[in-house]
Amino acid sequence: MMPRKRRRMYLVIAGMAGLGIAVALVLAAFQDNLVFFYSPSDVVEKHIPPERRFRIGGLVEAGSVKKDGTRTEFTVTDTKHSIKVVHIGLLPDLFREGQGVVAEGRLQAGNVFAASEVLAKHDEKYMPPEVIDALKRAGEWRPEGEAAK
Amino acid sequence: MTAELGHFALILALMVAAVQFVVPMWGAQRNDATLIALAPPAALAQCVLVALSFACLTTAYVESDFSLLNVVQNSHSAKPLIYKISGVWGNHEGSLLLWTLILAVFGAAVATFGGNLPKALRARVLSVQAFIGIGFLLFMLLTSNPFERIVPAPADGQGLNPLLQDPGLAFHPPMLYLGYVGFSMAFSFAIAALIEGRVDPAWARWVRPWTLAAWCFLTAGIALGSWWAYYELGWGGWWFWDPVENASFMPWLAGTALLHSAIVVEKRDALKAWTILLAILTFSLSLLGTFIVRSGVLNSVHSFASDPARGIFILAFLVIVVGGSLALFAIRAPALKAGGLFQPISREGGLVLNNLLLATSCGAVLLGTLYPLFLDALTGDKVSVGPPYFNAVFIPLMTPLLIAVGIGPLLAWKRGDLQAVAQRMRVAFGISVAGALLGWWLNDFGPLLPVLGLAIGLWVAVGVIVELAERIGLFRVSARDTLFRAIHLPRAAWGMTLAHLGVAIVILGITVSATWQVEKQQVMKPGESIDVGPYRYTFVGAGPARGPNYTALRGEFRVTRGGEPVTTLFPATRRFTQPAQETTEAAIRTSLYADLYAVIGQPEANGGFATRLYFKPLVTWIWFGALVMVLGGLMSLSDRRHRVGAPKKSAVPRPKAGEVKAA
Repeated sequence: MMPRKRRRMYLVIAGMAGLGIAVALVLAAFQDNLVFFYSPSDVVEKHIPPERRFRIGGLVEAGSVKKDGTRTEFTVTDTKHSIKVVHIGLLPDLFREGQGVVAEGRLQAGNVFAASEVLAKHDEKYMPPEVIDALKRAGEWRPEGEAAK
Repeated sequence: MTAELGHFALILALMVAAVQFVVPMWGAQRNDATLIALAPPAALAQCVLVALSFACLTTAYVESDFSLLNVVQNSHSAKPLIYKISGVWGNHEGSLLLWTLILAVFGAAVATFGGNLPKALRARVLSVQAFIGIGFLLFMLLTSNPFERIVPAPADGQGLNPLLQDPGLAFHPPMLYLGYVGFSMAFSFAIAALIEGRVDPAWARWVRPWTLAAWCFLTAGIALGSWWAYYELGWGGWWFWDPVENASFMPWLAGTALLHSAIVVEKRDALKAWTILLAILTFSLSLLGTFIVRSGVLNSVHSFASDPARGIFILAFLVIVVGGSLALFAIRAPALKAGGLFQPISREGGLVLNNLLLATSCGAVLLGTLYPLFLDALTGDKVSVGPPYFNAVFIPLMTPLLIAVGIGPLLAWKRGDLQAVAQRMRVAFGISVAGALLGWWLNDFGPLLPVLGLAIGLWVAVGVIVELAERIGLFRVSARDTLFRAIHLPRAAWGMTLAHLGVAIVILGITVSATWQVEKQQVMKPGESIDVGPYRYTFVGAGPARGPNYTALRGEFRVTRGGEPVTTLFPATRRFTQPAQETTEAAIRTSLYADLYAVIGQPEANGGFATRLYFKPLVTWIWFGALVMVLGGLMSLSDRRHRVGAPKKSAVPRPKAGEVKAA
């Protein structure tokens, strides 16, 4: 049964090739596109290269928000350390001082975080799990604290 | 009282499902006609009981019975009636009940209309269905009881997430579930076939309509969800590669592959083991999708429930269903007799390529979706895998697939002639290259990705038309003959043409809207104007407005083009009090040519307002294309040939949304 064997072989080769290409694509894409999450303390303690995209999360420090047109400056804190964030663009409706926030972008000179995106969370009660975790690690999480008000 | 009735009905349904699982399967093994005959009435009884339970919960919502915890948490007396009803499935417990109801209705449909199926096969199918039902009923009764009372009953409820108070989203989950659960039929048929050790074209004819129907619903559900995200979330995007979106997209990819491989089983009696495997995987991904979304495992705006205690049950159920069926597959699949042979270059070969690419891309999505979970569980590192990853993987995988979509239908079964096909596709090649070059020029010789998108979209579109023209003999025979042939073309052929055309429309919509979109973000004061693409938006002003259960800030934009008035847009931000939450209501003027899209934000200190304005050409084509795909599926579903294997009694029941609502 030559034809059947040959057919099988073609299928196997095609399948392997497909799989190989997929693995190559995935690995290549993964390398560049994994976005890690760090708390302000992580940012201060670890040295994150400036070309690396990552997410930062914590609370928006009270009294830190400065607006100038569509440019906004604020400080993200996990109560131990704080990082200054600059963002150009509209902020989500529920961006408030004292609330949890997650921003994605890159670290610039002087430990200023240039956010290309401030993540929109629509529920006042909602606290991003990463932020809860970051606050827990900083020893500042009270379940019925800021978030549940 | 109603609640206790519903709860009791649910427990009875579990008992009936247990009987329906054990007895018919045993009967089929021992070839005992009496035991086999028990399957249909059991399926009907289970359906009636679950429907009763669902009706009880719906009644509690409509009457705002705040002695029920579930109603308190997800409803409010001031809510419009339609959202009281959609609130039933807008939460974890209720959505599980809806899932179970659809499953039971499908089971009842097999019991009622499956008279032409071999009795033992039907008994086994219903038995497997009952097993899935047991899983869901147990999960509900043990961990997520929708009928839990609360003492004392509060005066009013906490309300439904206002984002979900929207007609598009009211029907999004039922559509998705009709799709997910529809694949359970393919799964049950696959397991039954493995137990019997027999897969033949007749089997494929029974499975195909179910798969097709499920695929139609899932396509519609995904399109509806993406449309909702587009107009309701106010981010201007329509697909975010969010885990919840991926959860519904994975079964869609696998289901699309299944749809195509089942054709090969039916027509050529080949690819049997692979088709069975796909049926198992598609339903496993549907289960995974249901649980990912509803268990709140993944951090996402869509997960409303979060209870780790449920995780154990979900994991155990998934292991039993997926692991069990794969083990059965491993034992029985080698016994399946291989069928028709074919050359690599043939219609079958094209469909195999389709399957490989769809399965691979499905695997890539699975990895990207679950990797953050695993990494978090193993190392505690928090990562997110964003759109760049999915785009980087998807585009190279979809490109060959879509090129094959143009060629495949022109290839003959068994042995195709690539050269002859190339001859016939010259027109399509010319048009797609010309169109792509035109697009490149219009885009000032910018990036190459849009050029590729245009070329592929046009290639598929023209390829579909070439194939249709061949079939109906356009320009080769007289106009009358052409018309005659067109009318007598099987509906399944029209279905394929439409569905593939829909794909082309989606691709063109995605490419053009992504390339030529204009987005402007700024602070505007009343009276200011700004140019967005060919349109000029003038901000007239903003003021307070009021709705039934919210207050709003409403802005007004006059849009002109070349001085001519086009439309006036009224975007708003709504502030709900129950629950306290804000939503952005984008104002959109839709046309087939372009969408004008305006969002207004909070007032700034200087008397201006933050605004976001878009010009989005052809963006509507994305959903229009999806609609065309669904129409293609429905057209194919109406084909008489799908019922040939089943004479009389119109055999294969088509599940309709109406059946579920009626329940």
